[in-house]
Amino acid sequence: MAETLLDKVWQAHTVRTLPSGQTQLFIGLHLIHEVTSPQAFQMLREAGLKVRFPGRTFATIDHIVPTASQARPFADAMAEEMAVHLARNCNEFDIPFFDLDSERQGIVHVIGPELGITQPGMTVACGDSHTSTHGALGALAFGIGTSQVRDVLATQCLAMTKPKLRQIRVEGKPARGVYAKDVILTIIRRLGVNGGVGYAYEYAGSAIEVMSMEERLTICNMSIEGGARVGYVNPDETTFEYLKDRPFAPTGEAFNRAVAWWKSMATDPGAAFDDVVRLDAASIEPMLTWGINPGQSIGVTEPIPDSSNAPDADRIAWSEALAFMSLEPGRTIAGTPIDVAFIGSCTNGRLSDLRAAAEVVRGRKIAKGLRALVVPGSQAVARTAEAEGLHELFLTAGFEWRKAGCSLCLGMNEDKLTGRELCAASSNRNFKGRMGSPIGRTLLMSPAMVAAAAIRGQIVDVREMLP
Amino acid sequence: MRPDDIRRRISGRAIPLSGNDIDTDRIIPARFLKSITFEGLEAHVFEDDRRQMPDHPFNQPRHQGATILLVGQNFGCGSSREHAPEALRRWGIRGIVGESFAEIFFGNCTAIGLPCLALNSGDLARLNKFVAQHPDHEIVLDLEDRVVRFDTRNVPALLSDGARNQLLIGTWNATGVLLEAENEIDRVARSLPYVTGY
Repeated sequence: MAETLLDKVWQAHTVRTLPSGQTQLFIGLHLIHEVTSPQAFQMLREAGLKVRFPGRTFATIDHIVPTASQARPFADAMAEEMAVHLARNCNEFDIPFFDLDSERQGIVHVIGPELGITQPGMTVACGDSHTSTHGALGALAFGIGTSQVRDVLATQCLAMTKPKLRQIRVEGKPARGVYAKDVILTIIRRLGVNGGVGYAYEYAGSAIEVMSMEERLTICNMSIEGGARVGYVNPDETTFEYLKDRPFAPTGEAFNRAVAWWKSMATDPGAAFDDVVRLDAASIEPMLTWGINPGQSIGVTEPIPDSSNAPDADRIAWSEALAFMSLEPGRTIAGTPIDVAFIGSCTNGRLSDLRAAAEVVRGRKIAKGLRALVVPGSQAVARTAEAEGLHELFLTAGFEWRKAGCSLCLGMNEDKLTGRELCAASSNRNFKGRMGSPIGRTLLMSPAMVAAAAIRGQIVDVREMLP
Repeated sequence: MRPDDIRRRISGRAIPLSGNDIDTDRIIPARFLKSITFEGLEAHVFEDDRRQMPDHPFNQPRHQGATILLVGQNFGCGSSREHAPEALRRWGIRGIVGESFAEIFFGNCTAIGLPCLALNSGDLARLNKFVAQHPDHEIVLDLEDRVVRFDTRNVPALLSDGARNQLLIGTWNATGVLLEAENEIDRVARSLPYVTGY
């Protein structure tokens, strides 16, 4: 019988059925960082347990790292303490750690694929909701909490319930100026921020098939913003080509054997889904959010919605969101002045994102009085971008060129909004207070749209500015 | 598992929180995650919302000591931070009733023994109305029968079999039960080509 990747990977990793009726699922790859792991290590110590498969967990530091000066000790004593604890925990439990001085450090969801650690057919878990990112390589990747981090450390397993599966078919060719970010924002707008609860998302269709791995990573990254804990793309030649010669990928004959297994784990033709949704890529325009969750988005030429036109169930939420954002219904969102521009994050902090932004920035300067940050997703992204001269292009234009980390996306380091500042951001969440100021405001969009907004000092349709 | 870990019935006064899609950044803003423990999180639960809305339910004297949190749809969406359910638990919350829950949040709550029960919108509205009129009355979450009891009503609640069983058996801290399958874990590890080497 035709099976899906979800069926096959779930089956291959099933240890047993638990007394609760859930599945005991083996986790092939565990990624940890400084924010959600210290309590898990402490629980392990208190229970007198060891890490069951130390070589199947990898650590890095990303959420709290300063992106200006990384001199140690960090200026923020609490950030320093978290960094010290992670290093100590990894040392004590024998876990490989990509620390700041390792050249391999970066945002956990950037470095996993980039180093070839994430591979097709795997189960992946990480104490971070954007773990869904890794599904771009054809893995089942789950965001988990700290108690589950403890479970994976101690047993390499999780107690899980198999999700239902929705295939999202994106067909056709997106227009110039429309990026993977616009596709996923459109999907979330259409299905809602809770539309994916209880589902895994399989992204397919001609538009997904021709996407690069980095574009697929952007799509899968934001699955969780649509409520789906897991999102994946079936492994194909793009996947294999991407993994070839990566530091942790198999080499030589082993690579060919790996490809054969990876292919065997993809969804079979004719497999059934619990639901199928279709989307026309050509109908998508550059998107951005107007509200306080990633589902509250519009195309750049659409008017800001009026809460009196909202579906009954959303009316209060829309008016609350518009009041928080201080946006006026009926006007187009283009022309809205911004205070800060942020290019980075696990959604859009990869080389192709920086290149897309650079294409808009080249030969231009950012608007006066604006604060604009480029924060590469990893040290490797930064090195490659610098080798291409992208850092000079951004610096000349007036951007700050920072070191790798999560930065302004969640404001856990020094990079924060102040007061009511409005930020054009390539990140993934526009929640109230997300960027470190309780009353700060975020508009999510593609890196190219952020670059365009930085140049004009206001929201603009990037299609007007592309060469 | 220990006898203390069994969750069959939870009763107490309720604290109603209106709104859908309340994310974990709002439950506990990221700046309070800068710690290596969960200690003290209760002091900062909904901190920014409480500052911006002086009449926020968590600020109201009449709701202090409440143990059942009433919420709307998709509660706990966003970040996977277990700091969110920990902040609620440490504040005194012992059970959550809502229309629906974000998946990672639901799992995190279950993993610390904090049951999340879903009601249909009509029953939830009736429960909210009752609590607004009788903030001092106790309501009961019955996990065994999957019902919420208030006033003279018993309304059906949704709680997935897996989570319900974990709470009833007392295996919501899953480490122990997962470790029991020592040999099977090794068998699965040995069967995976990426573990053994392609």
